[in-house]
Amino acid sequence: MSAGPDRACARWGAADMFGKLTLNAIPFDQPIPLVAGALVFLVLLAVIGWVIVRGHLPYLWHEWITSVDHKRIGVMYTILGLVMLLRGFVDAIMMRSQQALAFRAPGYLPPEHYDQVFSAHGTIMIFFAAMPLMIGLMNFAVPLQLGVRDVAFPTFNSTSFWLTATGALLVNISLVIGEFSRAMWLPYPPLSELRYSPGVGVDYYLWSLQISGVGTLLTGINFVTTILKIRAPGMSYLRMPVFCWTALAANLLIIAAFPVLTATLGMLLLDRYLGFHFFTNAAGGNMMMFVNLIWAWGHPEVYILVLPAFGIFSEVIATFSGKPLFGYRSMVAATMAICLISFLVWLHHFFTMGAGGDVNAVFGIATAIIAVPTGVKIFNWMFTMYGGRVRFATPMLWALGFTVTFVIGGMTGVLLSVPPADFLVHNSLFLVAHFHNVIIAGVLFGAFAGITYWFPKAFGFRLHEGWGKAAFWFSFAGFYVTFVPLYAVGLLGMTRRLQTYDVAAWRPWVLAAGVGILVLCIALACQVMQFIVSIRQRDSLRDVTGDPWNGRSLEWSTASPPPHFNYAVLPNVQGEEPYWHIKRRAIETQQLAAEPDYKPIEMPRNSPTGFITAFFCTITGFALIWHIWWLVGLGIFGAYVVFVWFAWRDREEYVIPAEEVARADRARRRVREQWLAQNAREEWLAAHLQTGRPT
Amino acid sequence: MSATEALGREHIDEVDPYKLGHGGRGHDYATGHGEGGPASKRVIVGYGFWLFLLSDIVLFSCLFAAHAVLMGATAGGPTGPQLFDPVSVALETACLLLSSFVCGLSAVAAGARSQLWTQVFLFLTGLLGAAFLALEAHDFASMVARGAGPRISAYWSSFFAVVGCHGCHVTVGLLWLGTMMAQVFFKGFRPNIMRRLVCFNLFWHMLDIIWVALFTIVYLIGEGR
Repeated sequence: MSAGPDRACARWGAADMFGKLTLNAIPFDQPIPLVAGALVFLVLLAVIGWVIVRGHLPYLWHEWITSVDHKRIGVMYTILGLVMLLRGFVDAIMMRSQQALAFRAPGYLPPEHYDQVFSAHGTIMIFFAAMPLMIGLMNFAVPLQLGVRDVAFPTFNSTSFWLTATGALLVNISLVIGEFSRAMWLPYPPLSELRYSPGVGVDYYLWSLQISGVGTLLTGINFVTTILKIRAPGMSYLRMPVFCWTALAANLLIIAAFPVLTATLGMLLLDRYLGFHFFTNAAGGNMMMFVNLIWAWGHPEVYILVLPAFGIFSEVIATFSGKPLFGYRSMVAATMAICLISFLVWLHHFFTMGAGGDVNAVFGIATAIIAVPTGVKIFNWMFTMYGGRVRFATPMLWALGFTVTFVIGGMTGVLLSVPPADFLVHNSLFLVAHFHNVIIAGVLFGAFAGITYWFPKAFGFRLHEGWGKAAFWFSFAGFYVTFVPLYAVGLLGMTRRLQTYDVAAWRPWVLAAGVGILVLCIALACQVMQFIVSIRQRDSLRDVTGDPWNGRSLEWSTASPPPHFNYAVLPNVQGEEPYWHIKRRAIETQQLAAEPDYKPIEMPRNSPTGFITAFFCTITGFALIWHIWWLVGLGIFGAYVVFVWFAWRDREEYVIPAEEVARADRARRRVREQWLAQNAREEWLAAHLQTGRPT
Repeated sequence: MSATEALGREHIDEVDPYKLGHGGRGHDYATGHGEGGPASKRVIVGYGFWLFLLSDIVLFSCLFAAHAVLMGATAGGPTGPQLFDPVSVALETACLLLSSFVCGLSAVAAGARSQLWTQVFLFLTGLLGAAFLALEAHDFASMVARGAGPRISAYWSSFFAVVGCHGCHVTVGLLWLGTMMAQVFFKGFRPNIMRRLVCFNLFWHMLDIIWVALFTIVYLIGEGR
C-alpha cells in the first residue's frame, strides 16, 4: 500500500517539479539585465506597496482591474503601451550606443546579448508598444464616436487587455529568468528551430505572442461587431467619423491576419516541442514556407498599426483646421483599398528568396499601387488644411510632422518596391531606416497626437502645451538625426543587426545616429515631464465644457470625463460631423436642444474574469516555456474553471436609475448653457467689432 | 418609424423579435443596419461568433496550405495512401455528419423549449462526437504503430497537425457541450442560454465544414496522388 507512492516519489525528481528551470536560469554573470531587472522589480514593488499602504487597492480592483468600461480599458492599454515603449526605447539606446562603440572593438554588449536586445526591441515595440497604443485609443474613442455606451463584448474586451498584459509580462520575465530570443523579431527558421536555438528564448517569444495574439483576435472580433452592429440611431456607414472607418479596416485585418500568425507560430512550436518537421532542414521541412506564412500576417500587421493612426490624423487635422475633412468619401475608399491591397503584397519582404522575375514583378507592382490610396489620403489632409483656420496645438503639430515625414518614408518604400533596387539594399540599414520612418512618423506620432487630443476627454484636463510642443520638436528633430544617417549608411552597404563592424566609412554615420538617439532621449524626457507637469497643474488646465478643441464628432458632446454610460440618451445622428451641427444649431437658436426623456440605463457589470484568465495564462505560459508539465495542466484547468464560473453568473447587467442619469446630464447641460451664453457674447462682440460700430 | 407605430409594437415584436428587418409587412426597420441604431443582443452575439468562426477557418486554411506545400515531402518514408484506412475515415465522416444533424435537432428541441429532447439530442451529439474522436485516435495509433508518426517527415507532420487540430476542436467542443448541457439543465431556456446554444450549433456545424475540406484535401487528394 505504501510502497507504491514512495517509489513514485523517488522517481518524481526535481526535473519533474521544475522542468528545465534551475537557479542557473538567472543570469548572475550578466550585470545589465540583472541590474535592470532588479530595478524594475524594485519600482514595481514600490508602486504595489504604495498602492496597498495608501489603501488604493480596493479602488484599483473595482474601478480599473475588473472594469469592463471601454474608456478605462482604453486608458490601461495606452499606459501599457507607453511603459513598453519606454522599455523598447532602452533597447534602442543600447543598440545605438553599442554600434557607436563597436568600431573595430567588441563594444560593451557581447553578441549573444546584443542579439537578444534587437530581438526584444522589435518584438516589444510592435506587439506591446504600438499595438496597445493603437488598440487603446480605438477602445477609448470608437464607442464614443459611434454614440453608444460600450463595445459589443465588454468582458472580452477586458480579457483582451489582460491577455496582452500577460504577453508583455512574459517577455519581461525573460530578462531575469532565462533569456529572450536571439532569433530576431520574426523568428526565421532554421535559426529558431530547437537545433540552433536550444534555449528558452524562442519559447518565451512564441508563448507570449500566442497568448497576447488571442487577446488581439478577441479585440478584432469585438470591434468589427461593434462598428458594424452597434451604432447610434441615424449613424449610417457614411456618417461615421474616419477614425471609426480606419478602426474597422484595422480590425478586419486583425480577424483575417492574426489566425495566420497563430497557425504559423503554432507550427514552429510543434517543431520545437514535439519534433515535427514543418520548417526544419531535415525530413522535408520547408523553411521558406515559414517566411511566406509569417509575412502573410506581417504585412497586414503594418496596416493594422498605421490605419488607426491615419484615422487619428484625419480627426485632428479636421478639428484644428476648423473645417470638415476634405474628400470624406475618397478617404473611406482609400482606407478600404489599403485594407484589401495590404493582403496582396507580402512577398516584397523577401524578393531575394528567388521566386523569379514574374512573381517579384507582380508583388512589386502591387506594393507600388498601395502608394496611390495613401497619396489620396495625404492630399485630402492637405486640402483639409487649405483655406482653414489652422491652430497649431500639440496634436496638430504631431499631425503636420507626420505628413512631412511619412511622405519621405513612403517614397523610400516605393523605391524598395522595385525588386532590382530591393536586391541592393535588402536587409541593410536603409531598410531599417525606411520602416522606422513609416512606423515612428505614422504610428508613434499618431499615438501621441491621439493621446494629447483625447486626454482632456479622458481626464477632464488638458496636457501642458509647452512641454508637449517641446516633446514634439525634439522627437521630430531626433527622428531625422537618427534615421537619415541610417539611410546613408545603408546605401553604403551596412547590413542590419551588426554587433561590431570595421568599415571606416560607416563610422561617422553611425556616430550621427548615436547623437540622434540622445535627442530622442530629450524628447522622451519632455514627454514624461508633460505628464507630470500636467497632472500637477491640472486645476489650471481643467476643461469643464467637455469640448476643449471645438470638436466635430460626437465624443465632444458628452462631459469630460464621460459618465460610465457615455450618453444619457443615445444621440440621434442626422448627418456627417453630428456634434458640429448640434453646436451650430444651438448657437443659431441660442438654446440647447430640449431636455430629453431620461430612462434607466442597463450597463454591463464589472468582472474579474479577464484578470483571472490572464493570471492562469501567465502560469500556463511560464510552465510551457520551462516544461513544467504539472503546472501546465493546473493552469489550463484553472482557465476552464474560470470559463464555467463566468458562464454560470446570473446577473450580467446592472441598472442606472433614470434620476441618476438625469442628474448627470443636467449638470452637463448647465455647463453647456454657460458656454452658449459666453459664446453668444463673444460672437456678438466679434460681429460688432468687425463692422466698426461702437459697442 | 411611423410604419412601426402604425403596426403596433407588440405585433412587430411577434413577427420579428430581433429586428432583423423582415416581417414588418414590407417595411424594413432593421436595427444594426444603416441608420437603424444598435442591433439586438441576439444579433450581436451571433454576428461576433460568426466572425470568430471565420477567423478559425483562416487558421485551418493555413494548416491546409502547409499540408498542400508539404504533400510530397515524405523524405523517403511512407506516403499517406499507403497507410490511410478508407473504411475508418468513412465511419468518422458518418459519425461527424450525423452528430451535426442531431445537433441541429437539439436546436429545434430548444426552440420548442423541451428540456428532455434538448438534453437527449445534445447527449447524442456528444456521443457521436466522442465516437469520432475514438476512431480518429485509433487511426492515429495504428499509423504510428506502422512507422508514420509526425516526426517521420514533413508530410506526416502536417498531416497530424491539420487532422489533430480538427480533433482538438472537437475535444474542446465536447467540453463546451458538457457545460452547455449543465447550463440548460440548471438554468433553463433563458435568453443568454439560448444565444449560447446558437453559438454552439454554429461551432459544431463549422467543424463539419472543416472536416469536408479536410476529407477532400487530405484524404481524397492524398489518395489520388
